[in-house]
Amino acid sequence: MIEISNLHKSYKMGANSLHVLKGINLKIKEGELVSIMGSSGSGKSTLLNILGMLDEADEGSYILDGVPIKNLNEKRAAQYRNKFLGFIFQSFNLISYKSALDNVALPLYYQGLPRNERMDRAHSYLEKVGLADWAGHLPNELSGGQKQRVAIARALASDPKVLLADEPTGALDTKTSYEVMDLIQAINDDGRTILVVTHEHDIAQMTKRIVNLKDGVIIEDTVVSQVRAIENV
Amino acid sequence: MFDLERWEEIFETIRKNKLRTFLTGLSVASGIFILVILLGIGEGMKNGIAREFQQDASNLIFVWTNITTKEYKGLNPGRRIQMKQRDYETTVAKNKDKLEYNSSIYRIWNGIVNYKKESGSYRVEGVYPDYQFLENSSLSAGRFINKTDDDNYEKVAVIGQKVKNDLFKTLDPIGDYIDISGIKFKVVGVFTDPAGEREESRVYLPMSSAQKVFNAQNNVSNLAFTLKPAENFEQAVAESTQFSKELSDFLKEQHTVAPDDERAINVNNTLENAKRFYTLMDMIKYFFWGVGICTIIAGVVGVSNIMLIIVKERTKEIGIRKALGAQPLSIIGMILHESIFVTAIAGFFGLIFSLALLEFVGPMIETQYIYNPTVNFKVAITTVFILIIAGALAGFFPAWRAARIKPIVALRDE
Repeated sequence: MIEISNLHKSYKMGANSLHVLKGINLKIKEGELVSIMGSSGSGKSTLLNILGMLDEADEGSYILDGVPIKNLNEKRAAQYRNKFLGFIFQSFNLISYKSALDNVALPLYYQGLPRNERMDRAHSYLEKVGLADWAGHLPNELSGGQKQRVAIARALASDPKVLLADEPTGALDTKTSYEVMDLIQAINDDGRTILVVTHEHDIAQMTKRIVNLKDGVIIEDTVVSQVRAIENV
Repeated sequence: MFDLERWEEIFETIRKNKLRTFLTGLSVASGIFILVILLGIGEGMKNGIAREFQQDASNLIFVWTNITTKEYKGLNPGRRIQMKQRDYETTVAKNKDKLEYNSSIYRIWNGIVNYKKESGSYRVEGVYPDYQFLENSSLSAGRFINKTDDDNYEKVAVIGQKVKNDLFKTLDPIGDYIDISGIKFKVVGVFTDPAGEREESRVYLPMSSAQKVFNAQNNVSNLAFTLKPAENFEQAVAESTQFSKELSDFLKEQHTVAPDDERAINVNNTLENAKRFYTLMDMIKYFFWGVGICTIIAGVVGVSNIMLIIVKERTKEIGIRKALGAQPLSIIGMILHESIFVTAIAGFFGLIFSLALLEFVGPMIETQYIYNPTVNFKVAITTVFILIIAGALAGFFPAWRAARIKPIVALRDE
């Protein structure tokens, strides 16, 4: 599903250049649930941004579902993001003046779906994350866990090939974190490929494979036996 | 523009951001409102002044005399200048092909007019038939003085509407006799004048009879002329200025008045005065336009300011939208569409409100120099569109910049 080889990325910080990714090679197959771990500054967020086409690599190749991602203009990148990817952020990033339902329906708007269909589909995804009763509420009327579940429903709404989660539990307490992880595991059980960036070991243990990043290179890539989140709630 | 989905998206944004929308709209609406009101007042002033000049023929040249103020050729100042019928006849003969209407006027002082038991003091004047057109009066009954009256020294009179109302009340005055300083005159007509009661409280007699009956010895009080129409306003002004100058010089020479004595003989040229007023009017109009355009500019600056704030405020939202697959054009479109929609609605609201105000309050304004303030609808509509276009342009640059922000940067914005 995802194939990256020899990925380099550096940032210009004034006169200095900061080499963040120093040749990453990674293959992720369909249906995998992978966590990317590493201390801050290890380059894990940068890697996720490049995978999410929010940022572009300086060097190396990135193939997503057989499509080479290179030299995309803004318009193309937007199309691919909409079609291939679903994002889950640490700070939820819901649009504050839109109801939960409208937030979930937004990616479908950019797919050009008619309103009725958008609303039907958004509703079914909200149901899937257990928030059907909260459809009309604004984000600030929801708890952190609920917000993240709305965000997950939104990421799923466009039926993407890959879900990218950047510290999805970073702003949540342990119990809520596990509930969210339970949801992510359930989605993975349905066969969706998911990448989770985290620095929490317990969260990483709930995925199927841990990629350990340090100073811009992969130092460890291990398959783990998955801990079901539901058992720890 | 006709994308229904986009409209829904915009209505939702507007509904959820009422204050922001209201403030944007207010600056636009007030700009249009002020402009339209200013233009309306400008037009009203123009109408008011135009009405002032309707009282007499618009190109009237009118002469009256006074006492001399300067010593000349051994004659002391303080002499009263008395014009003669000869002055009038010479002028007419000399300018036959230039003049349209002309009349000399002999005024009878202390003209007490009686009809049965009613009496009143009115301005009584001997005039020629042309005087009707010089005074711009129209007849509500009967006829004006004609040439036959004058040739035959007929003792007939044309009375103003007010004189008729005072003396005859509801009776028909035509064919009846009035008594002026003891002499009977037959009423042949009743006239009205656009200047109103002041000029309707007059009685006109044929010149020949007036001079003879009241022993005028060929004296005349005033001269009145109009020139034949010229091709354009500028030429008309030039011709009448020229004529006034020649007339003034001629009369001064005839009566031995110093050429620089401005008081003894007065030649009032309505057209020249009108031109001065119209120049002033144009100045006022330009001033109002200037103020109005500045108001519009202020409105545009206001709109762009708000647009900038909106874009800044929405940076994160734009980042989220881009991460979810919004294309740069759709971001620009969304922001512009919203701003154009809000400016247009607010602009038309201001337009309608100000037009309604002019329509309903305008006719109630009762001052001398403002009359029937209106505004050219086309001009008003044009300004609304200018404002909308300007607002869109002002909104475009921040929107364009917003669309170019990398989603990763926009998402980091707190």
